[in-house]
Amino acid sequence: MAPIVSVSNLSKTYASGFQALKGVSLDIEEGEILALLGPNGAGKTTLISIICGIVNPSGGTVTVGGNDVVREFRETRAMIGLVPQELTTDAFETVWNTVSFSRGLHGKKPNPAHIEKVLKDLSLWDKKDNMLRELSGGMKRRVLIAKALSHEPRVLFLDEPTAGVDVNLRKSMWEVVERLRASGVTIILTTHYIEEAEEIADRIGVINGGKILLVEDKAALMSKLGRKQLRVDLANPLDGVPETLSSYNLTLEGDGHCLIYDYDTSAERTGITTLLAALAEAGIRLKDISTRQSSLEDIFVEIVGAGR
Amino acid sequence: MNIEAIKSIYFFEMARTRRTLLQSVVSPVISTSLYFIVFGAAIGGRIQEIDGVSYGAFITPGLMMLTLLTQCIGNGSFGIYFPKFTGTIYEVLSSPVSMVEIVLGYVGAAATKGLMIGTIILLTASLFVDLTIAHPFVMVFFFVLTAISFSLFGFIIGIWAKDFEQLNLIPMLVIPPLVFLGGSFYSVKMLPPFWQAVSHFNPVLYLISGFRWSFFEVSDVNPIFSAVIILAFLTACMSILAWIFRTGYRLRN
Repeated sequence: MAPIVSVSNLSKTYASGFQALKGVSLDIEEGEILALLGPNGAGKTTLISIICGIVNPSGGTVTVGGNDVVREFRETRAMIGLVPQELTTDAFETVWNTVSFSRGLHGKKPNPAHIEKVLKDLSLWDKKDNMLRELSGGMKRRVLIAKALSHEPRVLFLDEPTAGVDVNLRKSMWEVVERLRASGVTIILTTHYIEEAEEIADRIGVINGGKILLVEDKAALMSKLGRKQLRVDLANPLDGVPETLSSYNLTLEGDGHCLIYDYDTSAERTGITTLLAALAEAGIRLKDISTRQSSLEDIFVEIVGAGR
Repeated sequence: MNIEAIKSIYFFEMARTRRTLLQSVVSPVISTSLYFIVFGAAIGGRIQEIDGVSYGAFITPGLMMLTLLTQCIGNGSFGIYFPKFTGTIYEVLSSPVSMVEIVLGYVGAAATKGLMIGTIILLTASLFVDLTIAHPFVMVFFFVLTAISFSLFGFIIGIWAKDFEQLNLIPMLVIPPLVFLGGSFYSVKMLPPFWQAVSHFNPVLYLISGFRWSFFEVSDVNPIFSAVIILAFLTACMSILAWIFRTGYRLRN
């Protein structure tokens, strides 16, 4: 199946001379949730802005639903909903008016029933006649999501949607995202909360310095780059790692009370059995054993660090 | 053509006028009434007729133009600058609307507001002085074209402006002298020859003169020239906008 969004060799140099994107290529499949991770200034927002039509590209092409975002902008933008990073709202408008305005801008005839459903889904119904300036930050964030959903988009961009949002609201937002995914909407989100990407995304893209460093299925990425750690708590502290165990690259922590062993889950032999046997042979008594999987955050730090 | 989007922008902008009725409509009416009281009644009584037209009536087209120009530039520039300032412009730029449609929405609303206020001033003036419009169609021609071209001019200023100071620079510092020295309150024929010649470099003189001709058939310059000037100004604004759309100047770059 052809990707719903296809980015090919995209570059962007701003008038100031800053090169925000350097030949980015990326395909996004219909119905998936793609999380774009990257440090500040990595190019995430510029990439989204070009796909959505807010910023002109300097080079390369982007298609949405097979249509070029510059030449066939009417078709592409009608398909896209965008929730921007900044809480930008018309302070003196009511929730109902601003959401209805967004629908009209996208060329759709008024449909009060749909607007009502969107507002109810986002727990905004009782605020529909409130002016936006009367709302809290979290509520404004919901209004921005409601605006993006007002015209029934097929592709939804969420640029840092949970920045500055409390835990409850964040949870209910991810429920909305899940429902949207179930209805077939493709979702691209950028986030600083890596655990969220880990929890919700199907695929992870890592961008830094205007380049895509990697796009991978989340599970595959975790297993490919995910390293595990074996932690051995000792009954009696050691002064140093014994010579006989030097081949395992162990590190001694906790004032000599703990041995750490890094191993690769995808390797044919993890070396755990031989390590435990060697420990017994060296007369080291164990108190406890635990393992820990590296998180997406560790992986992210590793990839971005290597890309520098 | 995305008609729904044009309607959305237009009515969204018009709603702002409703919310700020006092500032948008009542304030220009009061200031115009003050002009009539000061210039028409207090000072005007001592000024003889100009070209056979009573002074109070003579200044009416000039006052309408003064308000029309200020309002259209103000509304046209603010309409596009404010979303730029607050950041809500992202939504218009990411919508399936062409720049022509964006202009139709914003400039249409700005011109409508200007025309509404101009009409209210005309009605207010008719309470103070006897007014007859000799050439209603010509009057509407100048009235509407001036509203559209200066709203477009305002829109360009709104895109160009980086801050509120730049936004107000032309409406506050450039337009009032041009209007006041463009024969709003006098005929340039009353000036010494040197200043008469200088006045002919003021484009607003042609607008006011042509507009006044449509009321009283008296003018400082040939009304045909006036029509040519306003059409040229409209063309210039449209050309600048076409360039802005092509390059994405200060919007998409």
